[in-house]
Amino acid sequence: MIEKILTVQNRAGIHARPAAIIAQTSNKFESEITLTRDGATVNAKSIMGVIAMGAGYNTQLTMQVIGPDESEAASVIEELFNSKFEEE
Amino acid sequence: MADKKFTVLDLLDLELSGHDALDLKCIAGRRGLPRAITVPELNRPGLALSGFYESFASNRVQIFGRGETAYLQKLHKEKNTDSIRNFFRSQMPCCIFTYNLEPTEDFRSIAEESYCPLLQTSLTSTEFSNRIIRVFANQFAPHQTLHGVLVEVYGIGILLSGHSGVGKSETALELVERGHRLVADDIIEIRCVNGNIILGRGANTVISHHMEIRGLGIINISQLYGVGAIRDQKEVQLIVQLEDWNASKAYDRLGTESKYKELLGVKVPVIEIPVRPGRNLPIIIEAAAMNERLKNMGYNSAKDFNQNVLKWIETGEAQTVYNGNDDSY
Repeated sequence: MIEKILTVQNRAGIHARPAAIIAQTSNKFESEITLTRDGATVNAKSIMGVIAMGAGYNTQLTMQVIGPDESEAASVIEELFNSKFEEE
Repeated sequence: MADKKFTVLDLLDLELSGHDALDLKCIAGRRGLPRAITVPELNRPGLALSGFYESFASNRVQIFGRGETAYLQKLHKEKNTDSIRNFFRSQMPCCIFTYNLEPTEDFRSIAEESYCPLLQTSLTSTEFSNRIIRVFANQFAPHQTLHGVLVEVYGIGILLSGHSGVGKSETALELVERGHRLVADDIIEIRCVNGNIILGRGANTVISHHMEIRGLGIINISQLYGVGAIRDQKEVQLIVQLEDWNASKAYDRLGTESKYKELLGVKVPVIEIPVRPGRNLPIIIEAAAMNERLKNMGYNSAKDFNQNVLKWIETGEAQTVYNGNDDSY
């Protein structure tokens, strides 16, 4: 089980496009991936879930990955956040 | 799960109408509005005002009806402000005056000094108490967020659950097409309001009644199918677990044993449906809903079937004893 704290670095926050990128990337991995914000946990593989978190600029999210490819999944998703989802 | 505090300000801001309306306004102590209401209970502070503080439930919302207000008038005539100062020593969330009654000037100014909000309602004490207890039941109900799709089929609230990509949203879309209703897709918030009912609804009003279909993207069901295709909340009465067909797994082929899953302490029936190309899931789910309705009315088709089979076998054996293997009459 891997747990990491990620920060949203996009000015616009996590709107539809970054949410879709997170969901599509998460779906490539077998592991269960969840994102938690203020106690509310959503499945990262579902776009609606990721959007529903309403994570704006500078929001901190806790990512939890459990499964056979957890280390790869965790680092790929962390890289997504750091690269600001290729938006800026 | 971390809960947002329910403050006195939140109570004032609630949008309630008709028989649920509380008709509250803040008449003093505005600085105390961010105080949190931590317990879903009320207290009539008669004993405390008269000086008896044992078991004083100071963490509850205090209700001032006609009796309490008359007592405040008496204290005012006696120029007694000590009782009131003692009263406000505890940090109660707020004091609510019913029947549009007004507090005395002493009470009002000491409340302002202690930052305790004073609210007023036109309702009678009894009616107000009934309504606010209902509000508390809603606010303080245990809740949880689930991943799945909540639909209403033939009046039965069904939660479709399963891994991403198994086909929950697509199945729900076809059910909507067939005339059933979508409650929420993906993020379902469930609440246990009175100990044996689980109410489900979309966790987020902004994205509610939208669905994500791979290949299509995000679609708005209420615009595409109309108001008859959506519902804001529904009791979760059946859970359908969709999973990829597993050849080595023994799926339920009789239906006589009911399996249950516990959600917030309430047992909800579960059925597991294997998914495979060519299997018509919406039809299976409609049949499951109708079967559930029948079970709720007291008829369990599978058990009746087995009873009939048992009777048939018994009469068959009885006839064999009489007639033996000889078919002649």
